[in-house]
Amino acid sequence: MKVLVPIKRVIDYNVKIRVKPDGSGVDLDNVKMSMNPFDEIAIEAALQLKEAGKVDEVVIATIGVEKSQDVLRTGLAMGADRAILVQVEGEVEPLGIAKVLAKIVGDEEPGFVILGKQAIDDDASQTGQMLSALLGWGQATFASALQLEEGYVRVTQEVDAGLQTIDVALPAIVTVDLRLNTPRYATLPNVMKAKRKPLEVITPADFGVDTSPRNTVLETYEPPARAGGITVQNVDELVEKLKNQAGVI
Amino acid sequence: MTKILLLAEHDNNTLNEATLRAVTAAKQIGDVNILVVGHACDAVAQTASKISGVEKVLLADGVVFVHQLAEPVAALLVELAPAYDVIMSAATSIGKSALPRVAALLDVAQISEIIEVVSPDTFVRPIYAGNALQKVRASEGKKVITVRPTSFEPAPSEGDAPIETLSTNTTNEKTTFVSAALSDGDRVELVSAKTVISGGRAFGSKEQFDQLLEPLAQKLNGAIGASRAAVDAGYAPNEWQVGQTGKVVAPDLYVAIGISGAIQHLAGMKDSKTIVAINSDPDAPINQIADYVLIADLFEAVPELTDKL
Ligand SMILES: Cc1cc2nc3c(=O)[nH]c(=O)nc-3n(C[C@H](O)[C@H](O)[C@H](O)COP(=O)(O)OP(=O)(O)OC[C@H]3O[C@@H](n4cnc5c(N)ncnc54)[C@H](O)[C@@H]3O)c2cc1C
Ligand SMILES: Nc1ncnc2c1ncn2[C@@H]1O[C@H](COP(=O)(O)O)[C@@H](O)[C@H]1O
Repeated sequence: MKVLVPIKRVIDYNVKIRVKPDGSGVDLDNVKMSMNPFDEIAIEAALQLKEAGKVDEVVIATIGVEKSQDVLRTGLAMGADRAILVQVEGEVEPLGIAKVLAKIVGDEEPGFVILGKQAIDDDASQTGQMLSALLGWGQATFASALQLEEGYVRVTQEVDAGLQTIDVALPAIVTVDLRLNTPRYATLPNVMKAKRKPLEVITPADFGVDTSPRNTVLETYEPPARAGGITVQNVDELVEKLKNQAGVI
Repeated sequence: MTKILLLAEHDNNTLNEATLRAVTAAKQIGDVNILVVGHACDAVAQTASKISGVEKVLLADGVVFVHQLAEPVAALLVELAPAYDVIMSAATSIGKSALPRVAALLDVAQISEIIEVVSPDTFVRPIYAGNALQKVRASEGKKVITVRPTSFEPAPSEGDAPIETLSTNTTNEKTTFVSAALSDGDRVELVSAKTVISGGRAFGSKEQFDQLLEPLAQKLNGAIGASRAAVDAGYAPNEWQVGQTGKVVAPDLYVAIGISGAIQHLAGMKDSKTIVAINSDPDAPINQIADYVLIADLFEAVPELTDKL
């Protein structure tokens, strides 16, 4: 069985982002970009299934600018077999991403697609669920445990009140949460090897998919800053301030 | 007038407060109908019918809905969608799982976790863990929207809307419920608590986390939260995690103890009214957004604080 892992290139999670003063968006120039952290976990999950002999091939795909090849190379260096770049300019909304991914699924016929539960730039948490609906497949979201069985996948989902385990018939969509695994680092020899692994570049037009945005972003701005606080000297002063100044106890 | 169908959040017994908050957002957009989907959930529909400003409650009761899995819930919403302009839900785990399916099946883009209604077609939502805000106009006829509950006050319960029972033949062949491990219902609920006491990696063990935080939380009648590091280390269950990937809270008082204040943690608590940081490191990032900073060893400061309250 083949597994498809869609990944996204985003501003590295350690970087403090800058909002452009003219309100047109977040500054991406000269900023460190990396693979969305949840997508590293998705690749790790796929690789572990391959190592367990339950999966034959791990294909990774991204929809993004030409430079997104770098995160594909990272995924190949982790151990993915093959990569696909659907090259676009500018932002594509999750619905457009899901439509392109549905076409890739049509061509590649994976038994299973593993995505991140959310991209840390748009924080949308939509793509996996949308892809599942477009394909008419079952879905599990926010997975913290995953077990591939004959004909179905058993997934423990992190839900508001705790944990919920469900079985999803294959082919299936799973979106992964942070506690599923700890992704491996790419070793230097594997980084070298990854340079020779196949990376195919196509465009959405090849699929006949329109990825133009449906919603209009009118403005991007910084949230109001919190006023600075004070340092209290001891517990007594803290209790006094909470009582008399903040009035919260 | 814009017609809105709002999916209720509940556990078949109790209507979650998140829905009352989502109603407040929905009322700024148009006329609100509430959909209660579940099994043996009549009491939930009764509570929903009391929410002020709700025009009608739709009740879909069926065994297929008992665990509110995304596939049947979304299928039902899509079936009802032709009569509505907006499909909405609080951004709870059920809403987040089901609504993108609805959006895709209706072929519209979803707007996730709005924190402000600017006008009936324009909304503000956080991106980059709340480090930027985006004002978005939904250009399409039908809209699919989730609401961040902490950004809206709960709607009062002085209404008396009629309840209409739906008959549906929704099925679900794709997913099967196996089991659940849910937190006990007696605790103060994290998201709606007026006071939240959160602990981080610094507690060192589950025993110390519990022994130090439980008495303090009890004194303050607060809920307990945790950083991701504390959850990963097994000090606290996953549903206590506060942050970009956990719960978003905005209590009157948030006390962060032994938490450094990574942006992913701040994303879940920086809209709290009063923030207290207790940390041994004067340079911890959490100190920059806290109203009151106590530089101290938590193993001394927490018992003393509990004592003096
Ligand atoms: C994609 C992604 C999503 C994430 N989502 C979340 C999320 O939702 N929520 C979240 O919390 N994190 C999240 N994280 C993790 C986040 O980046 C931090 O790693 C995490 O919040 C750190 O937890 P901590 O503050 O408990 O631990 P640390 O960063 O290790 O901080 C411990 C703090 O305790 C202090 N301390 C140590 N000893 C004492 C003592 N005796 N007394 C007092 N203070 C002491 C230290 O000075 C330090 O400030 C996410 C990360 C990623 C990549
Ligand atoms: N441009 C993209 N290319 C490939 N996969 C993506 C892209 N955007 C999002 N995804 C996948 O969808 C997940 C959820 O993203 P989102 O719905 O944007 O929060 C990510 O973790 C990725 O697995």
